[in-house]
Amino acid sequence: MLKVLTPKWLKIERRPVPSGGVIFLVSIIAIVAALLVAAIFFAAYGVSPISAYRSIIGGALGNWSGISETLRRMIPLLLCGIGLTIAFRALFWNIGADGQLLLGAVAATGVALFSGLPGPLLLPAMFFAGFSAGALWGVIPAVLKVKLGINDVITTLMMNYIALYVVLWLIHGPWRGPSMRGYAYTDMFPPAARIPVIGQSHVHWPTLVLGIVLAVIMYIFLNRTRGGFEIRVVGENPHAARFSGISELKTIAIVMVLSGGLAGLAGVGEVAGVHYQLLDPTQISMGYGYTAIIVAWLARKNPLAVIITSFFFGVLMAGGDVIKVNLGLPFQLIHVFNGLIMFFLIGSELFMNYKISIRRQ
Amino acid sequence: MGWESWLISTFARALAYGTPLLLGTLGEIYAERSGVLNLGIEGMMIMGAYAAFVVTSKTGQPWLGVIVAAAVGGVFSLIHAFASITLKANQVVSGLALTMLGLGLAGVLGRSWVGLPLFTPLTRATVPGLSAIPIIGPGFFTRQCLLAYIAMLLVPIMWYILFHTRIGVTIRAVGEDPATADSLGVNVARVRYLCVVVGGIFAGIAGAYLSIYYRPAWTAGMTGGIGWIVIALTIFAFWNPVYGLVGSYFFAALYFLAYRMQMWVAPSILKAMPYVFAILILIFVSRGTLQKRMGAPAALTLPYTRGEE
Amino acid sequence: MMSGSMTDGTEMKTAASPSDCAIELRGIVKRFPGVVANDGINLKINRGEIHCLLGENGAGKTTLMRILYGLYQPDAGEILLTGVPTKIRSPKDALVHRIGMVHQHFRLVPTLTAAENIILGLDEGTGPFLNIRKVRAKINKIANAYGLAVDPQAKIWQLSVGQQQRVEIIKALYRDADILIMDEPTSVLTPQEVDQLFSTLRTLVDDGLTIIFITHKLDEVMEVSDRVTVLRKGKVVGTQLTSETDKPSLAKLMVGREVVFRVEKTPVHRGDKLLEVTELHALNDRGLPALRGMSFDLYEGEILGVAGVSGNGQKELAEVLTGLRHATRGRVMLAGKNVTNHSARKIAAAGVAHVPTERITMGTVPNMSIRENLVLKSYRYPPVSHGMFIDYRYAKQMAQQAMKEYQIIAPSDETAVKLLSGGNIQRLVLARELSGDPRLIVAAHPTYGLDVGATEQIRQILLQQRDRGAGILLISEDLEEVMTLSDRIMVMFQGGVMGIVDGAAAKIEEIGLMMAGEKQGVSASAQSTNAKVA
Repeated sequence: MLKVLTPKWLKIERRPVPSGGVIFLVSIIAIVAALLVAAIFFAAYGVSPISAYRSIIGGALGNWSGISETLRRMIPLLLCGIGLTIAFRALFWNIGADGQLLLGAVAATGVALFSGLPGPLLLPAMFFAGFSAGALWGVIPAVLKVKLGINDVITTLMMNYIALYVVLWLIHGPWRGPSMRGYAYTDMFPPAARIPVIGQSHVHWPTLVLGIVLAVIMYIFLNRTRGGFEIRVVGENPHAARFSGISELKTIAIVMVLSGGLAGLAGVGEVAGVHYQLLDPTQISMGYGYTAIIVAWLARKNPLAVIITSFFFGVLMAGGDVIKVNLGLPFQLIHVFNGLIMFFLIGSELFMNYKISIRRQ
Repeated sequence: MGWESWLISTFARALAYGTPLLLGTLGEIYAERSGVLNLGIEGMMIMGAYAAFVVTSKTGQPWLGVIVAAAVGGVFSLIHAFASITLKANQVVSGLALTMLGLGLAGVLGRSWVGLPLFTPLTRATVPGLSAIPIIGPGFFTRQCLLAYIAMLLVPIMWYILFHTRIGVTIRAVGEDPATADSLGVNVARVRYLCVVVGGIFAGIAGAYLSIYYRPAWTAGMTGGIGWIVIALTIFAFWNPVYGLVGSYFFAALYFLAYRMQMWVAPSILKAMPYVFAILILIFVSRGTLQKRMGAPAALTLPYTRGEE
Repeated sequence: MMSGSMTDGTEMKTAASPSDCAIELRGIVKRFPGVVANDGINLKINRGEIHCLLGENGAGKTTLMRILYGLYQPDAGEILLTGVPTKIRSPKDALVHRIGMVHQHFRLVPTLTAAENIILGLDEGTGPFLNIRKVRAKINKIANAYGLAVDPQAKIWQLSVGQQQRVEIIKALYRDADILIMDEPTSVLTPQEVDQLFSTLRTLVDDGLTIIFITHKLDEVMEVSDRVTVLRKGKVVGTQLTSETDKPSLAKLMVGREVVFRVEKTPVHRGDKLLEVTELHALNDRGLPALRGMSFDLYEGEILGVAGVSGNGQKELAEVLTGLRHATRGRVMLAGKNVTNHSARKIAAAGVAHVPTERITMGTVPNMSIRENLVLKSYRYPPVSHGMFIDYRYAKQMAQQAMKEYQIIAPSDETAVKLLSGGNIQRLVLARELSGDPRLIVAAHPTYGLDVGATEQIRQILLQQRDRGAGILLISEDLEEVMTLSDRIMVMFQGGVMGIVDGAAAKIEEIGLMMAGEKQGVSASAQSTNAKVA
């Protein structure tokens, strides 16, 4: 097909190893191209694309309230994104960060409302519980894949839906807050179970700092340690991993404990740093787990780069709110954005791995 | 008498809910048999559902809606085909992107249609003759959507094509060993494009069934994860249309039976049941697959470039 | 036995007029990144002859034939079919011009039946429908005419390698090929199957077909061909009538210098019993029995060669011994310790090295650097790692030293392994596996696909290891290699030991019969083994 679509004067050769510069340039071009295509939608809704993008950027970065919204979105994307880079490195398709995030939120809520722990211990216990719950939710598909050969994409996805209904069940049933007048929320967290924020914003900075520190740690872990080496070998060539005596079960399980656990931490951040209660799952997550897939992919599976890409998608999400409110456009536009960026991103990989030049006669 | 009517209603509900699953699964079986995993079923389905609803609302012609939905599903699937076959992009990511794009696009485009009633949904029909069979007749062949019967009829046809025609041999060869097929003059890319588009058409029709028959209304996200269950059923079916039928109806029956327990179990838990079942079913069939190694086409998810085997 | 008829045939063909030239290749050039695979090749193939293309691995034989078959496009040069310049853009074009090819690695879809494979891609004017009865009748007709018995309804994976090759030949004949390219067709066959193949080929030529036969084995050239063209480093170095040449002069042409057919080998110094395998059973990937009660011993300081047609359990044996496959029954003792079903990691730590068949897909991680590939097994122990961290500086030093010692040629130790040549990759695998002086080396097809230089070097390394006192289990499909290197030769058939014979005294006919499943002289060799044990 490539041949069919390729005119004679073009020459396509495999590039042995794309350089960092090429990767960066191609990624930027892909994003710009996606945004250009998305401009058609703005035009179709009678909004000038230029003013739309101006209000996205302005709304997300132009003032403190915009920046704080951007940072607030960035935190869960960062945590989930780091986790996904690890999973994708091991070639484990964790599409379930959203569910793992929700489970983390559930566990944190449980600790915050029902543990009866003394104040200072509350937050650490919530982070620990959230990590554990996300890890548990992540490890199940890992074991199913390695032990029984069950497709990871499907199990992680199915578990997103299960997690969603678990939350709904809790807030409609056993955990519905007595003080909430019949609304489907839990009670508000006690003050000791709330993560400090900057000023009046939703920027729960300790989680942000935690995310950035974890990005650095995970980068070192992947590139400098035995565990990271094993993960990369399993992901690059599972046969070689088996050959050199690396346990696939153990490696994938560790990967998913980390990946699910990090998503779980994101869930803790959302309930303990933003909402202070467990509420409707679509309000807790807003598709962070899915967007994080693009975040991790755009970062080329590099945890450090996730700091940048999660910020970028934070801008897009915050900007999406702005165009919804200011320009009256449907919020699903952001999904269209995400889908387009993802397509252009994977399409662009051809240009990274192949050198395309003009054939001289 | 009680158990008979119980059985009949279970069959009837299994067929009604199983039809979109079956349609989606038939299409995905073809795509995967040719070596292309399409995780975009959910996206293509919702686009089909949207298109069918809008066309039917505007024209009053539900069958026109079905046809347009099929076309929209097919065209939409071309994006995935282009990315994964021509650009050799990662099929998992591309399929996910297609779902995101579909859900987003249908949500954006369909915003003004939310909550509007549909006056001309697809009608029900009873099959003469077959409907007279005890239990099976009233269960499967009485007052169902014509599409349900068509889907049923498509199963032997799709099975015959896949296993007993030249086309089927070609499709299976391309999915198992594209280099060999290529060396015999088979146009691998064309076969794969064709199969992906077939998958898109079927998903589009499944979407139409949902929006102009099953729940004749439009809401964003009305496919509610059916597309993902289709992916699981394709594995359950061992990539065989006949098992696809068994799986779809069996799954739908389980779903219905779970709903019958509403008296005892919270509705949220029941809603989670299909996804729990899907995982359980995969666990169940995995024992067989690991041993027999029958199943997944060998070249599934692998892009093909001549001379790079 | 066939030399008489051969000579007659050759004489007839020598007298043939130029119009009888079936194929002419003029100035064919094909470049790949970093290599010129074909460098201005001129070649004429006469109608109705068996023409051998002789050359080492990497000489450009297969590339040239892939160009003729339309799989590659030449960068320069032209193809003339019966004197007419022709462009062959794809295999489909080749089929139109009635050129068929039997690839070295069969192009058969394992899950399809033989009949389905044979008609794949054909348009027989019946539209999408298949008249399977008619197809089967045609297959049977071809099969009967040329002695190619095969069950059309059998799935490919159920067939033996020899049967699969017959399906490939039928596939070409079914498409009315009158030029048949055979790419190294004998490498997977028993000597008896080879004889059968040769007689089929002769029948085909008698019926007017032209056969191009790619090989690197001199015996086969002498036995089967009418004419032979020798390729070296992408160039034609000579075309001769087979009847007018001999093995030594062909060998000289092929390699470019005199070839030593025997490797210098010191007498064996057998040490203690290193490996004792008793009644070993294991399943293959499909869950069918692959090893059925194997028993043998291996001593320190000896090379035990394993001969056998591929698919008789050699791969599974290597995997069970190295901890990659579960033994369902039986016992493996390593230096007196039971290591049955220990993990790959434990077995490696016990001093077992493994040079795997799939050196790229299994033995290395192609996207990772030479450095990281070299520590693929030692990364978990000091001095390569301390605690949880890997000492990449130490690994770098180690890698650079190994690259020097084993002559791994690459820009740096950070070069990705996928950019290396086959010989370099194999030297890298050996460098890694032999570091730390293993006691047992399981080497599967260690020289497969390598050029003569690399092959010699790797054989030397194995002999050095043997002289150092390591026990070596050498699995190879190259019978010549097994006979050259081994101190004892074990023949495997259907997952069992057909017999173990002394390397120096072994006769190729005897081994061939055992490979085909006929017990030969087992008692004698078993006795000698027992005597030594006692």
